[in-house]
Amino acid sequence: MSSIIELKNVDKIYTGAVDTQVLFDINLSFDSGSCNAIVGESGSGKSTLLNIMGTLDKPTSGEVIIDGIKTGDMNKNRLAGLRNETIGFVFQFHYLLPEFTAIENVLIPYLIRNNRTSKKIIEKANELFEMLGITKWKNSPVTKMSGGQQQRTAIARALINNPKILIADEPTGNLDTETTNKVCVIFREINQRFGTTFIVVTHDLQVAEKTDRIIEIIDGKIEKDVLK
Amino acid sequence: MLIIIGIAIAISIQIFVGLLIDSLQKTLVDRTIGNSPQITISSATDIGTMRDWEILVSEIREIDQIKTVAVSATSSAYIEDGTRNLPIIVRGFNFNNADSIYNIRNSLYEGRPYQSVREVLIGKDLREDLEVNIGDRLVVRTPEGKEVIFIISGFYDLGVASVNESWVLANLKTAQRIFNFGNRITAIEVTVNDVFAADTTAREIEKVLNNDDIEINNWKQQNEELLSGLEGQRMSSLVIQIVIIASVVIAISSVLAITVLQKSKEIGILKAMGIKDLAASVIFIYEGFLVGLIGATLGVILGLGLLYGFNAFTTSPDGVAIVDLYIEYDFILTSWLIGLAASTFAGILPARKSIKLSPVEVIREG
Repeated sequence: MSSIIELKNVDKIYTGAVDTQVLFDINLSFDSGSCNAIVGESGSGKSTLLNIMGTLDKPTSGEVIIDGIKTGDMNKNRLAGLRNETIGFVFQFHYLLPEFTAIENVLIPYLIRNNRTSKKIIEKANELFEMLGITKWKNSPVTKMSGGQQQRTAIARALINNPKILIADEPTGNLDTETTNKVCVIFREINQRFGTTFIVVTHDLQVAEKTDRIIEIIDGKIEKDVLK
Repeated sequence: MLIIIGIAIAISIQIFVGLLIDSLQKTLVDRTIGNSPQITISSATDIGTMRDWEILVSEIREIDQIKTVAVSATSSAYIEDGTRNLPIIVRGFNFNNADSIYNIRNSLYEGRPYQSVREVLIGKDLREDLEVNIGDRLVVRTPEGKEVIFIISGFYDLGVASVNESWVLANLKTAQRIFNFGNRITAIEVTVNDVFAADTTAREIEKVLNNDDIEINNWKQQNEELLSGLEGQRMSSLVIQIVIIASVVIAISSVLAITVLQKSKEIGILKAMGIKDLAASVIFIYEGFLVGLIGATLGVILGLGLLYGFNAFTTSPDGVAIVDLYIEYDFILTSWLIGLAASTFAGILPARKSIKLSPVEVIREG
């Protein structure tokens, strides 16, 4: 299987009064369509790693290759375009725009690229709402929704542009066990149905157990890389 | 919403203050010199009169900026009233020419213009002093001691006591005859289209006539104090307007900059989803433009409302507005554009802030 994300000798040092190195010579590769978990203690560097993979942050040294494209030489605008087309993000906090309804929020990534919605994309949004079980709330203001519903709306938003990669940083961090399980099932379903590559950062081992591969980070280094 | 109200108030004050000061100046100038010649051409010789004035008049009429030209034959005289001798000035005009400068017809509150060579008009104050009526005789004695008897055909009120009590208005021919001027006159009186350019026009007349025997005066020479007062007023109005606009720019900029802080999460997440820096920053410039458009338009309406309201409530005891309003459309348009431009410009700072905002910082802070 071809790799969709490749990290070569990635270091990350935060400069300041005292320089802090948070990632040490990371070499990783993720297969297209795989479902992966990155686990580690708080402060281990897993979120930094995720942000670098998502092109939200730049490595101090090393190379990040996404879908065969070297990202190191790309400017901010090209990176923004790459993110919009290739990567979907789900964070611990949903970051939905409170001024809009659920469906308007879901359509935003599409509208960033295209100036207006099409019938096809509305159908796609409806399909995602159906799949995520939140059709009933699609026209509700996001502020009126529960935490689980908001997170599922955020997942629909991450998937609207058919990204090849979905990066999730503690997506279940704010959810109860039942909703967490539902989200895991949804991730798995999307992974199998659309062939989307999943990279989930979590400290919840139950969530990690549901993926095909678990990478453990300790103090900025890969401690374990287990393929089930 | 608050920001729109802020711009509207600032622009309305700008329009109100600007137009009011402008109207005040024009009213002041109009009431000071409006009903009088702005340029007077008189003789510089000892005789005090001018011959061949018809040629001079036709040459003056050719000059741009000239509105009306009238000739007058004026001399002092006095009226014997019992034991008193009242000094007067007999001013001989062609009535229609004089009317175009002094607006005499509208100032006639009783009677009619003089028609025959024997008829004259006298002012309100002189009438009250002499206790005379229409058709009464008026005995005038010239400096040479000649006695002339006139018939009063009407009474005028030009609003200036010194004029109302001394000017006796008569036919040009009448004045020329009683003072033995022949066909000569004492002055050519001119009004111009742009009163503030009267000095330039006066110089132009001087150049065209090129005559050492005449003397040219304009109102600006004679009213230097008024002019410096008006200039002071204009400068203070300008300073007030600049301060208002500067405050608007700072206020809008701060409000929009706070919006960037408040919306940093949303901007950050939009950037994570792939919105480009320029598109994110344009939102703030667009917001500034939109806010400016609504605010400045409301400001124009509010400012004009204030101005008309002020004019309706500030009247003299007889109900006439104290200030005549002169609505300068160019000034309104400029103020509107300044409001719009200032508001759009104020969006640049937050737009720059939003460009610098990194999505990872927002996400890391949660």
